[in-house]
Amino acid sequence: MADRNVGPLLQTLAGGDIVLTEADFFINWARRSSLWALTFGLACCAIEMMAAYAARFDFDRFGVIPRPTPRQADLIIIAGTVTKKMAPRIERLYHQMPDPKYVISMGSCSNCGGPYYDSYSVVKGVDKVIPVDVYICGCPPRPEALMYGVLKLQEKIREKSVRQEVTPTV
Amino acid sequence: MIPAELVDLVLQKFPGVQKEQPPPKAYSDGVPILLSPPHLIVEVALFLRDAPELAMDLLKNLTAVDYGDRMTLVCHLFSLKKRHKVTLKVNLDRLEPKVESLSGIWPAANWQEREVFDLFGVQFLHHPDLRRIMLPEDWTGHPLRKDYVHEPDQYD
Repeated sequence: MADRNVGPLLQTLAGGDIVLTEADFFINWARRSSLWALTFGLACCAIEMMAAYAARFDFDRFGVIPRPTPRQADLIIIAGTVTKKMAPRIERLYHQMPDPKYVISMGSCSNCGGPYYDSYSVVKGVDKVIPVDVYICGCPPRPEALMYGVLKLQEKIREKSVRQEVTPTV
Repeated sequence: MIPAELVDLVLQKFPGVQKEQPPPKAYSDGVPILLSPPHLIVEVALFLRDAPELAMDLLKNLTAVDYGDRMTLVCHLFSLKKRHKVTLKVNLDRLEPKVESLSGIWPAANWQEREVFDLFGVQFLHHPDLRRIMLPEDWTGHPLRKDYVHEPDQYD
């Protein structure tokens, strides 16, 4: 395989009407380039997430578009404090998302409980509820950090193969 | 701030009510504090709201404090007409905190009493809908009480 970004996709056959490529490359390219994210703002991280979607940072250029329903989403960005009351709802929304699905845990609260670690009502990390692909540290992380997290997730998707199960069973 | 003669008005009408010394100036804005016995709370609250000189028509805040030996209900009142404030406190039995609901007097008390019930376990008698407002419905215990012991669950 040549350059991983464009690589095998450009191997056109004579005449130029047909393109030969690898299934893994082609499918991963499609998946990582249109990560539709379920909007899941829970606390102040949501403000940074909204800023990331808006004009200055413009997540559209990565193909990250907010979706209001889990049935249209590939990615859920847990942006904020996960309370024990919210945890079963997160689990249900996650199960309603179609495969392949990815999870970004945004901010200290959702990574490990953050400043609410000693609280009686806060889940000590969203990974107690659903499997997480990328953790972003910060309190709250700036939009650049979220952007970096999405790029890391894209890198991760690039390494996956359709022969593997995409989502671990919970 | 409520003028001193208006505080005396309440004290004269209800001999059971006491005036509590406000905390040092560095920690308080000098708002006078009235300490009412639990059985008088509705009468005192109605008087504060309806007496034309007082006209406490807004319940700004209702909360509770667990001091370990007693439980205190704290109401911060404000008069939109007269632009003055007063704090109304009630000491409750810590082991069995029970007090008449103020939601019939100030509708704003409804949800705030539910929160106090949720976090402190104070029973508000004759409350229209006394159930948990913040914690999950199946939660056991009242976490802001000093004797609350947290049992780790699957999320800890």
